[in-house]
Amino acid sequence: MKLTRDEVESIAHLARLEISGDEAPTYVDNLSRIIDFVQQLEQCDTEGVTPMAHPLNMTQPLRPDAVTETDRRALYQQNAQAVEAGLYLVPRVIE
Amino acid sequence: MHGMTLARMARALRAREFSSEELVRHLLARIERLDGKLNSFITVTGDAALEAARAADQALAAGRGGALAGVPIAHKDIFCTAGVKTSCGSRMLDNFVSPYDATVVERLREAGVVMLGKTNMDEFAMGSSNETSFYGPVRNPWDLGRVPGGSSGGSAAAVAARLAPAATGTDTGGSIRQPAALAGITGIKPTYGRVSRYGMIAFASSLDQAGVLTQTAEDAALLLTAICGHDPRDSTSVDVPVPDYAAGLGESLQGLKIGLVEEFMDQGLDPANAAAVQEAVKVLEGLGASVQRVSLPNIGLSVPTYYVVAPAECSSNLSRFDGVRFGYRAKAPTDLEDLYKRSRGEGFGAEVKRRIMTGTYVLSAGYYDAYYLKAQRVRQLIAADFRRAFEKVDVIVGPTSPTPAFELGAKVDDPVTMYLNDIYTIGVNLAGLPGLSAPCGFVEGLPVGLQVVGRAFDEGRILNVAHRFQQETDWHARAPGGAFA
Repeated sequence: MKLTRDEVESIAHLARLEISGDEAPTYVDNLSRIIDFVQQLEQCDTEGVTPMAHPLNMTQPLRPDAVTETDRRALYQQNAQAVEAGLYLVPRVIE
Repeated sequence: MHGMTLARMARALRAREFSSEELVRHLLARIERLDGKLNSFITVTGDAALEAARAADQALAAGRGGALAGVPIAHKDIFCTAGVKTSCGSRMLDNFVSPYDATVVERLREAGVVMLGKTNMDEFAMGSSNETSFYGPVRNPWDLGRVPGGSSGGSAAAVAARLAPAATGTDTGGSIRQPAALAGITGIKPTYGRVSRYGMIAFASSLDQAGVLTQTAEDAALLLTAICGHDPRDSTSVDVPVPDYAAGLGESLQGLKIGLVEEFMDQGLDPANAAAVQEAVKVLEGLGASVQRVSLPNIGLSVPTYYVVAPAECSSNLSRFDGVRFGYRAKAPTDLEDLYKRSRGEGFGAEVKRRIMTGTYVLSAGYYDAYYLKAQRVRQLIAADFRRAFEKVDVIVGPTSPTPAFELGAKVDDPVTMYLNDIYTIGVNLAGLPGLSAPCGFVEGLPVGLQVVGRAFDEGRILNVAHRFQQETDWHARAPGGAFA
């Protein structure tokens, strides 16, 4: 299946990825080939098969609803590019 | 010293033949002298390694050292290491210093293991050649013009070149086993959930599993015993008792039932590679095992299934990299959307972007049923094929990779060709089973691997098969010559 450039640009937008004009044709070609390749799955008869949710078909365990983490915000924020007063800074969102 | 196996090093350290500090100094000097040719390390933690080695020496002198005290190891740069850069091979995390240790790192440190540094890898573990790393490709010590495999390519090259006796790795579709095969070493991916994923940067959470790359199955057994086991910090970690894998080695293979997969016989396997695998099977038969054919009728769909499931999970997992809380941030963003888009567009490399977009596409409205749900149904069929096969046989044996190491650049232009490298390994991840690769010969001077797959939680048995094989053969003891001797 050949994806169009518009489709690829729309996927990139959904994924919040900036794709330059130069790169776009390569992604159109690559993604078309990948989607073509995975389309072989159509041949397989999966009527009545339950989709697999976990490789060993296990379920998620529960734990008591108790606080186990301590506040380590200052440590974690050492990895941020812009913080002030314990807050992460981003460009102005509301004018 | 550097040619010794990890087990031999551990014994020598306990017998005080040499100190951990001497051993670590020797290996750090080797890394300094030789890694320029390989590019197998992203970060070398020399000072911290020497400090840890001296602490291990004191513990050993006081009779407090455990089985692994003072033994050096390298960690794949996908594992978080407190206070040490953890890049995952990406520009996105080039500035990231982890505030905490992964469970794997923590358990090995508590066992007295000394970290030499962090190894190079395909960006976010997405690749089969270690050519997608932001830090440049890793070269194969057997032939510097060839790839070491991926994504744990730095770990494989470092162990093969004897810069470290062992290294950790992760395997989502073959990323431990394929580079182990291409570098002529042993590598094991345990059962899904066997090793905690806490602190292991996520790629595809229903497939990712940590393991080790070593010279021998015995070395792998020693390390696995330390890293396996339940961890409440990983909700998919299983609570199943962990045996002492090393103590279980050496058992007879008399009566062992080996399955050869019919569908793997005609899937573009290099004839010389096939001959090496057949020779290896004869060795196992000579040890008392019986061989029969088994069929995995849906295995041919494992690569397309994987390339729906893994990108879907990747697109979700990697949405956390937004340029706000940690990681790369684009300069002078005009608004929040520009900040997200350019931070991600500039911070991720081409293969990661391809996978995020593939995943976004297969999960998008109108395509979810046709691709994602369909793939999860086929995945169920592939897992059922393995279950049926394991009603007849104890282990499944075959090739790890269709060809030996290929040349750098040979497959970078065609993602689908690159994806087909993992044709023999991917099904094992989809089914959540343990698998290992052990060296079983050479094709034109390049190592090839034998893959051994077991039932869920049967790591001990596949390690024993590889161990008995390694007692009868010396492929695992061959190391690259020249500068690496």
